[in-house]
Amino acid sequence: MGKTISEKILSNHAGKPVKAGDVAVCSVDFCFGQDGTSAIIIDSFKKLGVDKVFDKSKFCMVIDHSAPSPNIGVSEIHKKMRTFAKTFDVGLYDIGCGVCHQLIPQNGHVTCGDLVLGADSHTCTYGAINVFSTGVGSTDLAIALASGKNWFKVPETIKMIVKGKLPKGVTSKDIILHIAKDIGADGATYRSVEFYGEAISDLSVDARLTISNMAVEIGAKAGLMEADKKVLKWVSERTKKAPNPVKADIDARYCMVKEYDVSNLSPQVAKPHTVDNVSGVEELADVKIDQAYLGTCTNGRIEDLEIAAKILKGKSVHRDVKFIVAPASKEIYLEAAKKGIVKALVDAGAIIVAPGCGPCVGTHNGVLADGEVAISTANRNFKGRMGNPKGFIYLASPATVAASAIAGKIADPREYKKRL
Amino acid sequence: MMKHFARRLKVQDNINTDYVISGRYKFKIQDPKELARYIFEDIDPEFAARVKKGDILVAGDNFGCGSSREQAPVALKQAGFQAVVAKSFARIFYRNAFNIGLLLVECNTNFIDDGDELEIDIEKSKVHNTSKGLKLDMKPLPMVMRKLLQDGGVIEHFKKHGGFKFE
Repeated sequence: MGKTISEKILSNHAGKPVKAGDVAVCSVDFCFGQDGTSAIIIDSFKKLGVDKVFDKSKFCMVIDHSAPSPNIGVSEIHKKMRTFAKTFDVGLYDIGCGVCHQLIPQNGHVTCGDLVLGADSHTCTYGAINVFSTGVGSTDLAIALASGKNWFKVPETIKMIVKGKLPKGVTSKDIILHIAKDIGADGATYRSVEFYGEAISDLSVDARLTISNMAVEIGAKAGLMEADKKVLKWVSERTKKAPNPVKADIDARYCMVKEYDVSNLSPQVAKPHTVDNVSGVEELADVKIDQAYLGTCTNGRIEDLEIAAKILKGKSVHRDVKFIVAPASKEIYLEAAKKGIVKALVDAGAIIVAPGCGPCVGTHNGVLADGEVAISTANRNFKGRMGNPKGFIYLASPATVAASAIAGKIADPREYKKRL
Repeated sequence: MMKHFARRLKVQDNINTDYVISGRYKFKIQDPKELARYIFEDIDPEFAARVKKGDILVAGDNFGCGSSREQAPVALKQAGFQAVVAKSFARIFYRNAFNIGLLLVECNTNFIDDGDELEIDIEKSKVHNTSKGLKLDMKPLPMVMRKLLQDGGVIEHFKKHGGFKFE
C-alpha cells in the first residue's frame, strides 16, 4: 500500500515506516513560539529541568501577537522572552519583524520535507511548501525544545482536487472559504488534507500559503501540497537547507476524496461567528461596515497588499470606515513602499500599523466598539476575536476587503476587474 | 472512579479556545487563578461563577477548536473542572489537556443535563449519568493519553521516564 505525504514525512522523521493510525516519536527540524504562547513554553521548559535547548539553530521566538506591547502584562511577557533568548542564546524576532508564519518560511527556517512544530495553530501554513508543519500547545513545544522530538499520531488524509480556472477578482482565499463552507469547521479534525488540481498549480506560492494557513479552520492537522517548480524556486531563493520534496504514492490511501470546480466561484465571505458560515459576496450587498482590515498570516503578503492597492489607487476609503493595514513582515512593508503600494494605500485613507498580527487577535490596533462590523482578511471571525464580543466580523479576500473599504459596505471586487 | 456534577454550556458545538479564555485576558495574564475567572466570558458571562471544584464540563462537537492556547485547558483545570465530556474535541486542545493532566472524555452528551451527577469509568469506558440512571458509552481512552494522565501530565511523564514511554 502506498503512502500519503504525511505518512512519508512522519516515516522519515520516525526512522521507521509508519502509517495512518500509528503513534510514533519523531525528530523535528524546527520549532518556535510566539508571544501568546512563549511564556508557558519557558515555564514548561524550566519545569522539565534541562539546562539547554536541543539545537539553537532549530528554534526561535517571535513577538508578533501584541507588538508593540499595548499594556504592562504583555510587556512583562515580552521581557521574559527577551531574557530567555539571551540566556539560552536562541533566536528572537522582536517587535516590528512581522508575523511568525511569514518569517519562518520567508527567512529560510524550513524547507520541503521538513517536520515542524509551532506553538501557534496556524503553523499548518507551510504545508503549501511541502512541510509537515502543525500547531501544538506550549508544553508540547517545550518538550520538542528540550529533546528535539515529540510524539505524533499519524493522521489519515483527505485528498482535495480543485479544478478550473479562477475568475478575475476571485482568489485563493475564496477557494479555502468555499471549502470551509462545504466541509465544515470540524470536517477534517484529526486528519491531514492534501490539495491538488490546476486551480492550485496556477496559484503563486504566496496564494497557496493562504489555503494551507486555513487548514486548521476545518480542523486539519496539516494542509499539504506537492513541491512543484514554483515551490522549489521559492524555497531555493530563501534557504540554504537542501529541499527533500515528498510526493504521495499513486496508490496512497485516502479516507476521503473531494472535488471542487472553481471556474464559476464568486468572491466568498464568512459571516459571524464561524469560519464555515459562508456566502457569496452577492448575497451580502447591504451589510454596512465600520472597519476593514488587511493583513495577518492569512493575507498580509505582498500580492495581498498589491491587489488592494490596485483597487484603491486614486480612490478613497469610505468616510465611515477605518481601514487598517498590517504588512506580514518588515520585508513586505519595505517592498510595498518600494513598489508604491504603501503610497496608494495611505493616499486612499489606509492606516498602516506595525508588521504583526495586529487587530486579528483583539489585543490592540483596532478593537471594535459594541455593534461595530468589520471585514477582515484574517482566518477567524469568532465572537470577541477582534477584542469585543459585541462586534461582528466578516472574513474575505484582500480584494473584497479593499472594495468594501471604498463602498462602506460589503462589496464585490469584480467591479474592479479592469484594474486587476 | 469519579463522581461529579455536570456543568453544561448554553452553546454546545464548536466552542473555540477564544471562547474558553479570550485573547483580552490570555495575552496579558500569566496567573492561572486570575485567568480562571474569565472562562467563557464572551458566550456565557455568568458561567464561571457557577463552577464548583470537581465539576465536569459538558459540551457538544469540536470542543476546543481554533487557537493553540494552552491557557484554555489550564484555566478550565484551575477553575475546578475534573474533566470535560464532549461529543468530540479539536486536536490541539486534546493534546494540551492531557499534557497538563486534564481528562477529556468523548461520549454522546445529549443525555446529560446541567446538574446531573456523573461518574466516569475509564477502565470500562463508560460515563454513568446516575441522575438519569443511564450508562453512556465513551470512546476508549487512547493508550498514550492514559499514560500521560497516569503520570500527571507530559512534563511529569517525560521526567519520570527520561523521554516518552508508551508501551
